[in-house]
Amino acid sequence: MIRVALPAHLRTLARAAGEVQLEVAGPATQRSVLDALEACYPMLRGTIRDQVTGQRRPFVRFFACEEDLSHQPPDAPLPAAVASGAEPFLIVGAIAGGRALARAGPLAPPSRLKGGCGQGWPPHKK
Amino acid sequence: MRSVRVLVGTRKGAFILTADGKREKWEVSGPHFGGWELYHVKGSPADPNRLFASQSTGWHGQLIQRSNDGGKTWEPVGNNFVYDGVPGTHQWYDGTPHPWEFKRVWHLEPSLTDPDTVYAGVEDAALFRSTDGAQTWQELAGLRGHGSGPHWQPGAGGMCLHTIILDPSDSQRIYIAISAAGAFRTDDGGQTWRPINRGLFSKYIPDPTAEVGHCVHHVAMHPARPGVLFMQKHWDVMRSDDAGDTWQKISGNLPVDFGFVIDVHAHEPETIYVVPIKSDSEHYPPEGKLRVYRSRTGGHEWEPLTAGLPQSDCYVNVLRDAMAVDSLDACGVYFGTTGGQVYASADAGDHWAPIVRDLPAVLSVEVQTLP
Repeated sequence: MIRVALPAHLRTLARAAGEVQLEVAGPATQRSVLDALEACYPMLRGTIRDQVTGQRRPFVRFFACEEDLSHQPPDAPLPAAVASGAEPFLIVGAIAGGRALARAGPLAPPSRLKGGCGQGWPPHKK
Repeated sequence: MRSVRVLVGTRKGAFILTADGKREKWEVSGPHFGGWELYHVKGSPADPNRLFASQSTGWHGQLIQRSNDGGKTWEPVGNNFVYDGVPGTHQWYDGTPHPWEFKRVWHLEPSLTDPDTVYAGVEDAALFRSTDGAQTWQELAGLRGHGSGPHWQPGAGGMCLHTIILDPSDSQRIYIAISAAGAFRTDDGGQTWRPINRGLFSKYIPDPTAEVGHCVHHVAMHPARPGVLFMQKHWDVMRSDDAGDTWQKISGNLPVDFGFVIDVHAHEPETIYVVPIKSDSEHYPPEGKLRVYRSRTGGHEWEPLTAGLPQSDCYVNVLRDAMAVDSLDACGVYFGTTGGQVYASADAGDHWAPIVRDLPAVLSVEVQTLP
């Protein structure tokens, strides 16, 4: 069982009250998790990654286990704690982006998020 | 008694405003899709309870929502807009080639006869069509494939296809407009297109009378006279009496002929409305006075309509898709502002009152006149 935490707009779109729980066939990777997510919630197609290229959308980032995984290859294994369901896979809307936010500039990441870019803001973490 | 339903797209959601035929007491529903940009919401003439909405954010891209019950409930439908073939390039602001990239849907135009058919005007400029209720989309690539496509250039708001007009007398004829390429027409259902910009004069482009390159802001048509078009260009208000083949300037005595919206009275094809905006560098009304101008002569002679509109310290804008008319008698006229007001007139513009004052910035206004 993989736990996925969606940003607020996507929780609303998917009509998901909290974390989403998914069964993922095979190794847990970004691609396999997103494939399973989009299979269960087809309305999310195109909102996290491009429907044609599969590329992560520019203002979406992935975190897990206090690490920024956004630039990891899509087929790289996710941390064991994510694969086991101990930790959620966090899909995060970046603070930078949008005309108003672009003027304000990126904000510093919350202290519990490590990693280089870190403009992300995680949804509530249980 | 008949009723009206006003569909409002804003920077932070959609709102649905309803009233009976008197148009005095309004109910406000929303925000629908709160926090998302709603560039456009429009109902199907063939099935007024079927609505389509363009929902987007910079974070999560484009969604299309559909309602089958007049906006009470919604379901996300197809959002995969893929250009036909190799997209190629258009010109960037500096004149260099720039790849065609889908950004968002600006305008949704449901078919006049088939509730499952709807057209989408997108940025970067292209026209898509769905014939399955917006589940899947196919580009009408003949438009972008017109030989001028590589020379199209974005306007300040992006290279958007913002206007789609379906000819009620000829199912094969469609008009579209693109900022800043100009207006185009197809007479074969979208397979081939021709620019219809003869008579436009844009002094800010290298060739002011070029076949393409004009920043058309909006075009309107009265359904009873589909060959007569009215255009609010970047500067200039224009008119065509030959389906866009030639245009004449009808700015007349307007205080300024920059603006975005233009629309036609529901029962008087020679009565048209614009909202003059001071300039392209100052997107607010002249003198801080919000005035709708009405011409009852198809242009040239204009009268300001001010009753009920702020006549001091008003610095809002009225964006290109943010005016609409109902078909009641007397004709109702509606427009929304970037200040979040939606104004309505139940007497063809003589008197105005805000339906709502404090919505997010209004991007679009459409009206349905219901039985």
